[in-house]
Amino acid sequence: MTEPGHIGAPLTRLDGRLKVTGQAKFTAEVPIDHLAYAVMIQSTIGAGRITRIDAREAEAADGVLAIITADNAMPLPEKGRAAFSPPAGRMLSLLQDYDVHYNGQPIGVAVADSFEQARYAASLVRYEYEAAPIDVDMEASLAKSYPYTRKILGRDPASTCRGDVSAALRQAAARLDVVYRTPVETHNPIEPHATIAMWEGDRLTVYDSTQFVYGVRRVLAKTLGISEEAVRVVSRFTGGAFGSKGAAWSHVPLAAMAAKHVGRPVKLVLTRRQMFGPVGARPHTVQHFEIAGGRDGQLTAMRHVTTSSTSKIEEWLEPSTLATRMLYRCDNQETSQHLVRLNTGTPTFNRAPGEASGTFALESAMDELAARLDIDPFELRLRNYAEEDPEEHKPWSSKSLRECYRVAAERFGWAKRPPNPRSMRDGDWLIGWGMATATYPMKRMPASAIARMTPDGLVEIRAATHEIGTGTITIMQQIAADALDLPIERVRFTHGDTDLPQNPISAGSMTATSTGSAVLVAARELREKLRQLGFDNPATARVTEAVEVRSESKPGKEREQYSMHAFGALFVEVAVDAELGMVRVRRAAGAYSGGRILNPKTARSQIIGGIVYGIGAALLEDTHIDRRSGRYVNAELDEYHLPVNADVPEIDVSFVEEDDPHVNPLGVKGLGEIGMTGVAGAIANAVYHATGVRVRDLPITLDKLL
Amino acid sequence: MYPFQFESAASEQDAIALLGANPDARFLAGGTTLVDLMKHDVERPARVVDINQLSLTTVEEIDGGGLRIGAMVRNSDLANHPLVRERYPVLSQALLAGASPQLRNMATTGGNLLQRARCQYFRDVANACNKREPGSGCSALHGINRIHAVLGTSEQCIATHPSDMAVALAALDAIVRVRGAGGERTIPLVDFHLMPHDRPDRETRLEHGELIVSVDVPPLPFAKRSLYIKVRDRASYAFTLASAAVALDVRDGVIRAARIALGGVATKPWRVPDAESALENTSADGAAFGRAAELALSGAVAREHNAFKIELAKRTLIRALTRAAAIA
Repeated sequence: MTEPGHIGAPLTRLDGRLKVTGQAKFTAEVPIDHLAYAVMIQSTIGAGRITRIDAREAEAADGVLAIITADNAMPLPEKGRAAFSPPAGRMLSLLQDYDVHYNGQPIGVAVADSFEQARYAASLVRYEYEAAPIDVDMEASLAKSYPYTRKILGRDPASTCRGDVSAALRQAAARLDVVYRTPVETHNPIEPHATIAMWEGDRLTVYDSTQFVYGVRRVLAKTLGISEEAVRVVSRFTGGAFGSKGAAWSHVPLAAMAAKHVGRPVKLVLTRRQMFGPVGARPHTVQHFEIAGGRDGQLTAMRHVTTSSTSKIEEWLEPSTLATRMLYRCDNQETSQHLVRLNTGTPTFNRAPGEASGTFALESAMDELAARLDIDPFELRLRNYAEEDPEEHKPWSSKSLRECYRVAAERFGWAKRPPNPRSMRDGDWLIGWGMATATYPMKRMPASAIARMTPDGLVEIRAATHEIGTGTITIMQQIAADALDLPIERVRFTHGDTDLPQNPISAGSMTATSTGSAVLVAARELREKLRQLGFDNPATARVTEAVEVRSESKPGKEREQYSMHAFGALFVEVAVDAELGMVRVRRAAGAYSGGRILNPKTARSQIIGGIVYGIGAALLEDTHIDRRSGRYVNAELDEYHLPVNADVPEIDVSFVEEDDPHVNPLGVKGLGEIGMTGVAGAIANAVYHATGVRVRDLPITLDKLL
Repeated sequence: MYPFQFESAASEQDAIALLGANPDARFLAGGTTLVDLMKHDVERPARVVDINQLSLTTVEEIDGGGLRIGAMVRNSDLANHPLVRERYPVLSQALLAGASPQLRNMATTGGNLLQRARCQYFRDVANACNKREPGSGCSALHGINRIHAVLGTSEQCIATHPSDMAVALAALDAIVRVRGAGGERTIPLVDFHLMPHDRPDRETRLEHGELIVSVDVPPLPFAKRSLYIKVRDRASYAFTLASAAVALDVRDGVIRAARIALGGVATKPWRVPDAESALENTSADGAAFGRAAELALSGAVAREHNAFKIELAKRTLIRALTRAAAIA
């Protein structure tokens, strides 16, 4: 039996066994009687208008219950746009008109008694189009870019300016003026998006693979024109998401519309190919970077102008400049964000949106500047260490980056690095070492939880958060068990259901910070209530009827006083085949500070997962879109490459613990995304050190090194 | 997926008859290509004939040192067969360089020869494709063609032949034995696959109703010192960007005989006899390997995104020859 003192213990995931034995039921596996199957139909042109739909052959096929298109779909309030509210409420394609904005846009749903029948029927629906010219080529469309001026995610300014960048650039001892590019990166969680919708009268129950049950509920209620109380959304396990399941995409209301149409529960599961386009991706970025420094290694100027792509129907911003604003001391700095509209699906949050793409540019630029100044790249970072937030001029709530640098550099053995490129070799392989800083902001939103002790002495914690594969169930039980001084076996955590207290989206690395804080507060309040009932020790409390508290926890004014971020340092070794150009990451050592570490095992898994994700972004991932048709070309896992086990080396992860009383009651900063940041920069820098070749456009495929 | 009739063949004759009776029938062996393509509506067989009950599952010795490989021998079993590892390491290595363990456990020798192009435009029915719909055009020609072929292409098709195994078999002068209603015949592996020319839908010399029964590999003593080098975008489980299957007979530093085939760069397993003869009776050194590589890629035609493959294939071949000479 595990005794109290759970926080900080490397507990194995409580849902691990369920998952590896197949007992954990994911959305598509929820057993529902009398289920019908829906298959989404997508456009085959990149822009234009549907002029004619012929569904007769499809409707006549065996088992077909309905073919739903713009010809016969139920009319929705505001033509299906009632829930539009960026960033989480998206502009959806709900068969309310005949317009096509990208290739692969949902334009119909086939519903049948079986999945096979529905899929066959979907292939039989004939669409005629009037095609319009398309823009999908990022480079060719750059001339049409325009400045983004709204607040970024409602908080940060779209552009910043401090000091006099132009003057500082003119006077600099060394300067660099280059462009970094990152491609469209499509998330590809292992579980495809899935929705089951069932109506009972005017009440709608939806099982959904999502990061945000309350968000899905809001979108469904508004889109369908019913009250939120009439909608229940359930999501017990989500098989990976990385941001792609943060918003309710078109297939979710389409499933509900189909269920209404055929009068039966309907299941709609996307195919792998359908996950390229209609459910978001990280957009293209083109990042113009100017950086300058003195012989003493002081940064004197930075100008970071990011242009990212969005769709024709909605503005989505990849805020790649955010990390540049706060990571290093630099008195003269300008950053701005621009957009280009393309005929693609709308981009979305993809693990560390902004920070992942932005730190590739920033950390590459630091490395390039270090080479020009003949200073060790690690030393350059130390010389420009920001003792306060250089943009907001606020103290850090806590910052242990110096210690992260020291620990990771030592474990990696950075001191032995020869300064010049092409200095190390192992047979056919050139060896290179590179490093980068990692950073991600502490984010937190209001969250609530119920803590309830029953006469059997068990405590149930209820909160509508999500288990997206990160270990949420485990850490929430750890938090509650410690707050109540109970063995963890006496605590149960119930989640993933809009019948439970409201919690934010499981994104932005804020589940531990938000829900974790609410669970802590609720457990403490339950303890206090038990004390009032005469039970000083919850472990021996025997209540005669259930005792329940409902608590809320939300951010206060701390953000006005402090700048709050997690930090880390990553060092990598790569091998590059001298003739064949193949790049392999041989080892990686990272040290991270994220406040209090609730569970070193699940925390380590998050960091490793982030680094693996970063290896994919650095070396492999690239969504190819045909510039003539706008079609997603490599929309399968055979040619959309993600790292396989053989691509992933030993990864050494250390944590520098922090006692941060300012961030939230739990003292945590969140670790879901920071592992992804800096990785592509560190790898690109190591490739440069190995070969002397600087690759500024991801992914670093072998053809760029021949 | 289109509806289809499913039949299970109890014998070779049964299989041949079931297939021959329906012009739109396909054999189902490991299913690693066919099932995929059926899900994408690329393959729409009216009838699927399961041949997994057939006993074409043995590897036997023939003709003083050669091997007869049953068409239903799984890729994993073939790769790990002691005689294959000893006599034809190039074949074992090529098999293990392909796909993933799970796929190799299913994929068969005959099926591997018949696997279809990985061209993304072929696999997505929304695109024009001469291989799928003759006369509709080739979307890859001016599309995203980074993985496409530079050798043996036509203006109608530039799809790369995806097999690794077949590249090794081409180098080894393997013979494909096929059986049809009219009896048995043999086809040299180097002639088995067709270049696209103006009919990219015709991929092999196999006639409808014919069943591959075995692949025979003739004896080649110096193949003990053969090898396969495959270059791909990630460390494992990816299709070939460029590969080389080579065997060298080197005595006293002089090459007496050479076998060379290239993969990942051509529309079929690409044997290069010119490069082989150029190496014969020359010293096994970098200069000779460089000349052979130039010859092997002469006639290569680059498209917008795949020019790198020409240089990559040369370097891959040089690497393979250098290593083979070192072990010879």
